[in-house]
Amino acid sequence: MRRRSFLTAAGIGAGALFGTAACGSSGSSGSSSSSATKVAFQQWGSGTIMKDYLTGVKTAYEAANSGKTMELVPIVASENDYYTKLQLMMRSPRTSPDVVYEDTFLINSDITAGYLQPLDSYLGKWADWDQFQDTAKGAAKAADGKTYGIPDGTDTRALWFNKQLFTQAGLPEAWAPTSWDDLLAAAREIKGKLPSVTPINVYAGKAAGEAASMQGFEMLFYGTGSTLYDAKSGKWNVGSPEFRDSLTFLKTLYDEKLCPDPQIALDAQVGTRVQEEFLPGSTMAIALDGSWLSGTWLPSGGKPWPEWNSVMATTPMPTKTAGGDGKISMSGGWTWAMTKNAANAADAWKVMSTLTAKDNNLKYNIASAAVAVRKDVASDPAYTGSNPTLEFFSSLVPVTQYRPQNTDYPRVSNEIQVAMEAVVTGQATPSAAADAYDEAVKGIVGEDKTATL
Amino acid sequence: MATLTRPGAPETGAELHRRTHPLKVDIARALPLTPAIVLLLVFLAGPILWCCYAAFTNTALTGAGSGNTQFVGLANFRQAFGSSAFRNSVVLTLIFTVLSAVVGQNLLGLALALLQKRAAKVVRMLVGTAVIGAWVIPEVVAGYVWYAFLAKDGTLNEIIGTLGLGQNWLYTLPILAVSIANVWRGTAFSMLVYNAALSEIPQEIEEAAEMDGATGFSRLRYVTIPMIRRTVTTNLMLITLQTLSVFGLIYTMTKGGPGTKSQTLPLYMYEQAFSFSQLGYGTAIALVLLAVGAVFSILYMRLLREEA
Repeated sequence: MRRRSFLTAAGIGAGALFGTAACGSSGSSGSSSSSATKVAFQQWGSGTIMKDYLTGVKTAYEAANSGKTMELVPIVASENDYYTKLQLMMRSPRTSPDVVYEDTFLINSDITAGYLQPLDSYLGKWADWDQFQDTAKGAAKAADGKTYGIPDGTDTRALWFNKQLFTQAGLPEAWAPTSWDDLLAAAREIKGKLPSVTPINVYAGKAAGEAASMQGFEMLFYGTGSTLYDAKSGKWNVGSPEFRDSLTFLKTLYDEKLCPDPQIALDAQVGTRVQEEFLPGSTMAIALDGSWLSGTWLPSGGKPWPEWNSVMATTPMPTKTAGGDGKISMSGGWTWAMTKNAANAADAWKVMSTLTAKDNNLKYNIASAAVAVRKDVASDPAYTGSNPTLEFFSSLVPVTQYRPQNTDYPRVSNEIQVAMEAVVTGQATPSAAADAYDEAVKGIVGEDKTATL
Repeated sequence: MATLTRPGAPETGAELHRRTHPLKVDIARALPLTPAIVLLLVFLAGPILWCCYAAFTNTALTGAGSGNTQFVGLANFRQAFGSSAFRNSVVLTLIFTVLSAVVGQNLLGLALALLQKRAAKVVRMLVGTAVIGAWVIPEVVAGYVWYAFLAKDGTLNEIIGTLGLGQNWLYTLPILAVSIANVWRGTAFSMLVYNAALSEIPQEIEEAAEMDGATGFSRLRYVTIPMIRRTVTTNLMLITLQTLSVFGLIYTMTKGGPGTKSQTLPLYMYEQAFSFSQLGYGTAIALVLLAVGAVFSILYMRLLREEA
């Protein structure tokens, strides 16, 4: 009896010893092991523009700074899933990357969540910061006045159309619609003359994520002269007739089958398919999309298309009834931010400033067909000569609108996508969907922060 | 009143245990279990307890709820019951469960078990393998197989397209499509359970009923089913609880779409908690789903008790 209980105790003691030793060693190695700066970014679809860019920067960075390494962390996820995965990673110091690629619309929300750290102390000493345009400097500024990210480019949105298909349908090559009716007329004409071609693409639904909210809905809604949010009064717009009108226009497009089949439109792959399959394959005539589209068709893009410039043309998106400047655009952009849980802030800053230094930023803006936010890049002949559509998209900057820079915007944006999907699938009328949106927004921000603007 | 034991009479269980196993030995026997118990507490009980806590907060993956989590009491539940999307999910979950579990898997499993009893050995083996094979393959693979079958350019449309009935079944009849897929996937469980139950019925009773002139169907109704009633109730309870939590299959096939036409509670929960970052609200819905499961269980237990 005694020997058995002694052996039992000894066995347990040894087991416990090994156990804690194992836990202990893995714990300590985890925190102090690699001094690699982890850089997280989105990898979706076949395009590898960002990955190639980061690989190039990594090689140069490691060569210039011996002992320091960059670790690339691609997050393979579609639009909204990327944000979710990134947030989950940033919640814990063990999984948190050091440098993250954040969309400007989400950065306020993540700042409130406490995931990012302010960069003012670094920016103050950085000579390059003055090269950034003022609107760009404010892109990642939070409500507390501190800046949390370095923008690496911006974008504008307009109508891309296929000149060859237009000629076949008897429409002018120098097409310039001035109202929603013009747009509708052209789409109907194409539907009648070229039945096998999808006349127009407007992103809609939850799967397309922020693309549906911004390229889709907001390009229509802000073109009515209305707004989602009034920063001065701090009120969100509810009960807006223009909101209903925008949804009704969307419903018209989808009901008359002028847009892709809902099964395609509500699929997570729709963006990739439009850029890489429908437009280059000339099965789609018009696309309400962004300035970055041509990046996909460059030799470094996901679908190299040498003749893209002779086939595709651009024109501004018209406002609803030719009011205002007659054209509307939305601008967003992405930033590089530093997480609060970054293992080594100094190294992370070094990587960030390298990524957005003039030469690297120039390379990236050319490859991704971005609108430059650095004054020196914008005036660089390599940049200005790189893309024939650049001048056009940059010309839209004076009329462009921005999304509400508000912590609650991402949740409101989700409700816009829900409303769009309900209308496109026929589950709700535009009025019912708009009412549901109003209720949802009141639930998110509180009824006292809403008003009919 | 103390129970008197006659001298020499066998000891009762508790007394026997206490005499032959002093406390020291009990602890020594329980000690090797501690790692397992700790793991269970951490990975099973822990998350459940956290869920119960989080459901009453506004915790989120991003935004105000994330940086400054606050206790909000029943606000999440109030929001859920006032939300039409939530009510839609509850209705769809009930349709899905009744259609694919209570009706589909249950009846098909019973039918297969009954037919297998009188089938040749080879047929029994082939059918058994096919049905169990469908059950064993991973959920996502099953979802993709059905997606490939029912999609617009899928196999079903290739076959019946000539009849002009081709359509994207996942778009026009989403909840029916996922129900059928779930029946295909889960019938093996019911079949195995009923196989075991039917093999317990003595041959003599069946023969006696046949000699008394009972036809096949009335034999089934008045002899077989009453004898396996307990099994039926147990089986229903198990497959209902399994079906209530089906997520991967539906997500792979339709993602809850189009719109919210196949968004059962697990999918609605996922969308709110992860896609829309509202963890607090998502866990509140999870607790509601738990309650729905409990209601079903109580229903079945009542039925079981009535016969006993």
